[in-house]
Amino acid sequence: MSVFLSITFSGVALGAIYFLAASGLSLIYGLMDILNFAHGLFMTLGAYAGWAVAVHLPSSIGAPGLFALSVVAAVLGGALAAGITEVLFIRPLYGRPVSQILVTIGLDLAVVGLLLGGFGSNSVRIPVPLWLIEATKVGSANLPNVDFLAIALGLAVLFSLEWFLRRTRYGIIIRAGVENRDMVSALGIDVGKAFTLVFVIGGAMAGLAGLLYAVVFSGDLVSPLQGDSLLIFAFIVVVIGGLGSIRGSALAALIVGFVQDYTNLYLGGHSGFAEVGNLSVVLLLALVLEWRPRGLMGSVA
Amino acid sequence: MKSALKVTDLQVAIEGSHILQGVTFEVPVGGVTALLGRNGVGKTTTLRAILGLVPRSGAVQVLDHDVIEWPTFKIVRLGVGYVPEDRDVFSALSVEENLRLAESGPDARYNDIYQLFPELKERARQRAGTLSGGQQQMISIARAMLNGWPLLLVDEPSKGLAPRLVSEFADVLERVAQHATVLLVEQNLSVVKRLAKDIVVLDHGTVVHTGSARDLGDAQLVRQLLGVAGVA
Repeated sequence: MSVFLSITFSGVALGAIYFLAASGLSLIYGLMDILNFAHGLFMTLGAYAGWAVAVHLPSSIGAPGLFALSVVAAVLGGALAAGITEVLFIRPLYGRPVSQILVTIGLDLAVVGLLLGGFGSNSVRIPVPLWLIEATKVGSANLPNVDFLAIALGLAVLFSLEWFLRRTRYGIIIRAGVENRDMVSALGIDVGKAFTLVFVIGGAMAGLAGLLYAVVFSGDLVSPLQGDSLLIFAFIVVVIGGLGSIRGSALAALIVGFVQDYTNLYLGGHSGFAEVGNLSVVLLLALVLEWRPRGLMGSVA
Repeated sequence: MKSALKVTDLQVAIEGSHILQGVTFEVPVGGVTALLGRNGVGKTTTLRAILGLVPRSGAVQVLDHDVIEWPTFKIVRLGVGYVPEDRDVFSALSVEENLRLAESGPDARYNDIYQLFPELKERARQRAGTLSGGQQQMISIARAMLNGWPLLLVDEPSKGLAPRLVSEFADVLERVAQHATVLLVEQNLSVVKRLAKDIVVLDHGTVVHTGSARDLGDAQLVRQLLGVAGVA
């Protein structure tokens, strides 16, 4: 029973991080038709921003305060990187989707290359407060506190995003733009501003995902290639959930987290099956696409 | 201002197809001008090109502004309402949200809209995608009228609607035209004859006739220009 609870909880935490990584990607594709390959870069830069704040600010702030500032820095770092990318590289290429995709790939390769040049392939460690490393006993299971943090932040972002998309004018513009961008312009709305906003929101969530992934699943370590590995799963979640659907991304992220964790539990221990969790996610993607090409909650294939 | 809209040598080529080949016409201020022509001659493309929704060249003057280089949202903010051919309501949004998107300021005329279309108030929370074609057309027209703008581009409002609804929408457009200039694309000649003051006829991407709507009384001309029998 405790194994079941632990794995389920870990699957939800993994799902929360996948959701943070994928939802911005989904909104960007839904609104702008851009497969943003620089999204992994936003995750990496967010994680590095969190690390930089935690190691450079005075330790007198205290470990909990430093970690809270790391989270803020990761969110802001991801948002800033995304905002700059949209304004400098994406905006001049509006109406040229292939060029936009290529520029995001080039940007990712170039900046990750710079990070590898600066940091080498070695990881840096984010200092975290002791209570994050500890676990809380629930019934007979010891559940890592860091999983609670990931789930709480994932839920907070999901509800905030839902509120923003349903209750604010810009949220309604984004939902409408996902459906029919031309018609939004034909109502006198500057869709370009919505594009930048979506990029910034997506980047902020990616930055948070990057930091959380390092803290929850990488032993507090950040490396230049981390975001790109996470990006693959984010793309899978977006496609399974349905392009442009936030609720679809949340549902798909949860399913992918469960499938990956349970497969690892039951098959991953066998010799030669170390990567079986990743394989199971790809198989899941194939099955969903066969059954429902537009994804679980998407409106377009 | 003599013309609400002036189009000169408008050219549109999409994917190698030269759809508009130098369209030139003017829409005088006030009343309804009908843009007519057989299927596929470029009527919808003309409206979309005026709004900058397709790449185009030539000159477009909207409410005395040269807008050929302008983005769509800026042209619309001059005071242009647009009712697209397929209504293009946002199906995942509620009726209320569809209207809210069209608001350009605090003076949105919700009272007028709800007086004309009481159903939109009753169904404010309903998802637009679940409405009938007629109700979706109400949203589409309401969005264009909400700000009381001086120029409306209306593309086939009667398409796919029951005859009773066609007549009701014609009533609405008649009322709108008392305060605004309307460029109307319409296949239903009885609606055109009822509403339009002037007509512009397109064929093969160019203007082949401009004149009074009274010209539609000439059955031979109608057959020659539109390929259909005239309507008494």
